[in-house]
Amino acid sequence: MMPAPFDYKRASSAAEAIALVGQHGDDAKFLAGGHSLLPLMKLRLAQPAVLVDIARISDLSYIREEGDHIAIGALTRHHDVEHSALLKQHVPLLAHAASHVGDPQVRHRGTIGGSIAHSDSASDLPATTLALGATYVAQGPNGTREIAATDFYKGFLESALAPDEMLTEIRVPKMNGAGWSFQKFNRRAQDWAIVGVAAWRRGNEAGVGLVNMGSVPILATSVAAAIGDGASIADAAALAAAQAEPQSDNNASSEYREHLAKVLVRRALEQSTK
Amino acid sequence: MKVSMTVNGVARENDVEPRTLLVQYVREHLGLTGTNIGCDTSSCGACTIHVNGESVKSCTMLAVQADGANVTTIEGLAKGDTMHPMQESFMQNHGLQCGYCTPGMVMAAISLLDENPNPTEEDVRIGLEGNLCRCTGYHNIVKSVLAAAKK
Amino acid sequence: MGGSILGERVLRKEDPKFLTTGGKYVDDLLDEPLLKGALHVTYARSTVAHGKINSIDVSDAIGMPGVVAIYTAADLGLQPTPSSFNPAATRTLLASDKVRYVGEPIAAIISETREQGEDAAELVYADYDVLPAYTDMMQAMAPGATLLYDACGSNVVFDTTVLGLPENTGDDFFKDCEVVARGTFMNQRVAPCPLEVRGSAVAWVDGRLYQWISTQHAQGALAPVAATNGVDPSQVRILTPDVGGGFGAKIGAYPEEILLGVLSKKVNKPLRWRESRSESMVALGHGRAQLQQVVIGGTKDGKVTHYQLHAFQDSGAWVDMGTILAPFMTRPMSSGVYAIPNIECRTTSVVTNTTPTVAYRGAGRPEATAAIERAMDLFAYELGMDAAEVRRKNLIPKFMEPHTTVVGQTYDVGNYEESLNRALEAADYAGWRKKQATLRAAGGAKQIGIGVSVYVEITGGVGNGEQAKIEILDDGRALIYTGTSPHGQGHATSWAMLASEKTGIPIDRIDLVWGDTDLTPVGSGTMGSRSLQQGGNAVFSVAGTLVEKAKAVAARLLEANEADVVLDTDRAVFHVAGTPAVTKSWADLAVAEKQSGGLSHDEFIGVPSATFPFGAHVAVVEVDTETGKVTHIAHTACDDAGRVLNPMLLEGQIHGGVAQGAAQALLEEVCYDADGNPITSNLADYAFISAAELPSVTVVHMETPTPVNLIGAKGIGESGTIGSTPALQSAVVDAVSHLGVRNIEMPCTPQRVWAAIAAAQK
Repeated sequence: MMPAPFDYKRASSAAEAIALVGQHGDDAKFLAGGHSLLPLMKLRLAQPAVLVDIARISDLSYIREEGDHIAIGALTRHHDVEHSALLKQHVPLLAHAASHVGDPQVRHRGTIGGSIAHSDSASDLPATTLALGATYVAQGPNGTREIAATDFYKGFLESALAPDEMLTEIRVPKMNGAGWSFQKFNRRAQDWAIVGVAAWRRGNEAGVGLVNMGSVPILATSVAAAIGDGASIADAAALAAAQAEPQSDNNASSEYREHLAKVLVRRALEQSTK
Repeated sequence: MKVSMTVNGVARENDVEPRTLLVQYVREHLGLTGTNIGCDTSSCGACTIHVNGESVKSCTMLAVQADGANVTTIEGLAKGDTMHPMQESFMQNHGLQCGYCTPGMVMAAISLLDENPNPTEEDVRIGLEGNLCRCTGYHNIVKSVLAAAKK
Repeated sequence: MGGSILGERVLRKEDPKFLTTGGKYVDDLLDEPLLKGALHVTYARSTVAHGKINSIDVSDAIGMPGVVAIYTAADLGLQPTPSSFNPAATRTLLASDKVRYVGEPIAAIISETREQGEDAAELVYADYDVLPAYTDMMQAMAPGATLLYDACGSNVVFDTTVLGLPENTGDDFFKDCEVVARGTFMNQRVAPCPLEVRGSAVAWVDGRLYQWISTQHAQGALAPVAATNGVDPSQVRILTPDVGGGFGAKIGAYPEEILLGVLSKKVNKPLRWRESRSESMVALGHGRAQLQQVVIGGTKDGKVTHYQLHAFQDSGAWVDMGTILAPFMTRPMSSGVYAIPNIECRTTSVVTNTTPTVAYRGAGRPEATAAIERAMDLFAYELGMDAAEVRRKNLIPKFMEPHTTVVGQTYDVGNYEESLNRALEAADYAGWRKKQATLRAAGGAKQIGIGVSVYVEITGGVGNGEQAKIEILDDGRALIYTGTSPHGQGHATSWAMLASEKTGIPIDRIDLVWGDTDLTPVGSGTMGSRSLQQGGNAVFSVAGTLVEKAKAVAARLLEANEADVVLDTDRAVFHVAGTPAVTKSWADLAVAEKQSGGLSHDEFIGVPSATFPFGAHVAVVEVDTETGKVTHIAHTACDDAGRVLNPMLLEGQIHGGVAQGAAQALLEEVCYDADGNPITSNLADYAFISAAELPSVTVVHMETPTPVNLIGAKGIGESGTIGSTPALQSAVVDAVSHLGVRNIEMPCTPQRVWAAIAAAQK
């Protein structure tokens, strides 16, 4: 289907984009790669009156080493996250997770900022960056602020961003040699995860994020706490769903999702443990 | 809105509605009907073309997003009577039946080999996860791509 | 001296076009002069599964930009038309008094651009008195259920008892059996999903209706289109552009297509229509949807003596071709490849508030095969017998003369055990069983399952022959006119091979005309795997006759006796035997015959019966017993479709069939919620199988020619689908049978596998 009609504006700076969106309030949306927004618009599940294209804002696509973390510009495409030598070295879990987003064509267009801002609990990168303890940088009419990933996801497709705030950067701590694993369980390779797990472990420190186990991406804090307390992998994995509220849908019942989470967390921890 | 882009080496400029999808622009405004529409959820890949040398689903791009870009469609691959090696390989290996998924499949396959010149069978199957075909069962498509990689 | 081209892997002459500029499908006809200035049609559709229509309000839609007109059934004065398969069921092409499924067309919007039509369609509001909606056949059959078609008196719209066939007897049927096994299986509803959705375009030219349809059978659309448009069939021309797949779902003409001429007359403009994929998922016919109650019985040493099947066919919300597949396709093939002396088969077709079902690839035969193969597995479990061995024990022995089964179906030739042996050998069945044993002993999470199916199916059951005409042009090129309708099968190459074989004209100088009711008025289209055995057969025969006609002409030109004239097929020239240097070319003959009507031959070539391809498939899966995930890791197919004309094309059909069969076994299912709302109505939600879920296929060649036609060929188009689905389902169950699992319903999703293991362990 075709999207409903809309006005299109191109922004050449973040400030301009924010001002344009602010002008139109709820009627306006930012457009980056468009691979979360355009599919919704084509089914007419979203009908913004104004699209503000931010894709040509220069210098929002980068991957930089900044001390203890890697800074990723919000407009960095999944393809570039996947193939980044810097990320493969310092945050391999994220580079690998990016290789699972959609399919190659999607990865040539979709951006990490767009994916995070869309806040779909069934997407791979929100849960992965959550597990990695990321911080997201947002810019609004009143300046920039940093939002911890743990404070970012508010509800179903709902983030902490104000409607006229734009993500500009995603900061991910370096993994410093931690073991890691990404388990994406789906029916077909191109599908969203039925359940996904992004995990890292270094000694008794661990971070586990769950994909599609609730209306928001889930940080499996009970699992991490158990690892911290020296629990066995099996015992820690048994707590996989402690923070989750898995839904039932045509692909899986909540009971099956819970079972999958436990199995996949166990496997992820096994793979992460050196 | 005005959009201009280079399509198959030719500079084009047209007036479009903002909501005009790139696939519509290519098909209806430029008359390049080789690129096909097979779905409405960005699932099938029949609309795959190259924008700035990379495979994209042209149904999930607005024409206005491609303003200033270098676009290649299936019609732009052959040089006169000489087919692109991927096109030739699809023909040699019976990689198409009804032909509807074929332009998108060929464009996706070329991009796949650009990024991974020596893929395994599994690499090819996963690399084409975004391109659906109902006729061939993919067996000969995979064979075509692997054969093209060897050339 | 050249050899025969028949049996060669000739590359397709169609391919350069498809690969460089792309095919010209109906929505690509942008330069067609007759369609200049065409407007667009969008259909508004029902959003309830079952309801009485109180009103359809178009007042908001009519004023939308670009909207030229909106019509309902009342506006067009549409009269109810009866179903061909049960005349008591009638409907109007746009819903009038009732809607019976979500997606049923209720209004036609004509607009300047397609997007404007979609914008307006959103603003068409229908007011319904909602009625109970049935997505389950048992509910639809229950006493007191609301009828979909009052005049039918029941939601059962067909039953084999109406044909005078008996009901199945009860358990008494099995009283002499030492071993009895039973099960109920759902051969689930799937969506054909050709990559090209439906589309059509129309133009009235001097009182004649020109209509392009993405169809498998232009000639079949002529009558309904003419009737609805109120004109004589001679005033309609149906044309077939390139078609992006059909799989049985583009047979016949749909309401959306039939109405276009009527709408075009109203607005006095040519019209174009193309559905979206989401529309196609609910309004293009669905496949399968057959519930099977199966009982099988026999002796302790593995001989099956009794088989009983009651198949409930879900018709969907109309009485279309899907209704009659169970009685006329499933039932006749219910014996499969097995020599079962006692068979009872009853079929009952039921309307439900779902998309109407149609003849999707296999059309009733995959269902027959799946039922008997599952039954054989259940029987094998009871006896602790190997899947391949229980089948071998019950196969009809090799026969080269017609064999009639106890349900009354006569098969042409068969060599089932040979196909089973070849498949098992090529698949290294023994090797996989060893691997399986090792993995079972180790008790790890990943287990292997091997499934075997042996099948026979009926092809060429549609039509009793085909028309072919071959015309020689002045430059010596040949033009073949065929009644078939290729949409990926490669007829332009195959029929050229056949004609070239006889005439010596090179393949690249032979072109094909099809699907145009002016140029090819007679034809049964392409469906039911009929094309080579009937259409190709006709081309081959006509080519031979044309050569004889040509010899007479050559004799005149060479001033010789006809008996002394030979055709040198290597050079494509005629000469007197012994004098090869003095020749007449096909061009010479065509020019010579110009004044007397040209050099051509046109004939309908009949065939005496259908044919019965057969084979065996071996599927190997890996099952992760902790998650239930199934990976299809190997597949071997031995399919015998008689003499092979072009092995490359044959293999392509098998590959494609295996993919669709695997998709049914492992992934795809059309689902509805309790209110009859479709919930898998796009390609993101419907698990259309991709390359990443399939292995490459090992094809084992086998050719047992049939005496039924000149070529000795049967049909291959549906065999891959028929053989693969039961082999895969069997493999999945086999992977976890050591854990106590005996059945897993299709599609064998991870959740179903996990649940089956959990249930068996209790």
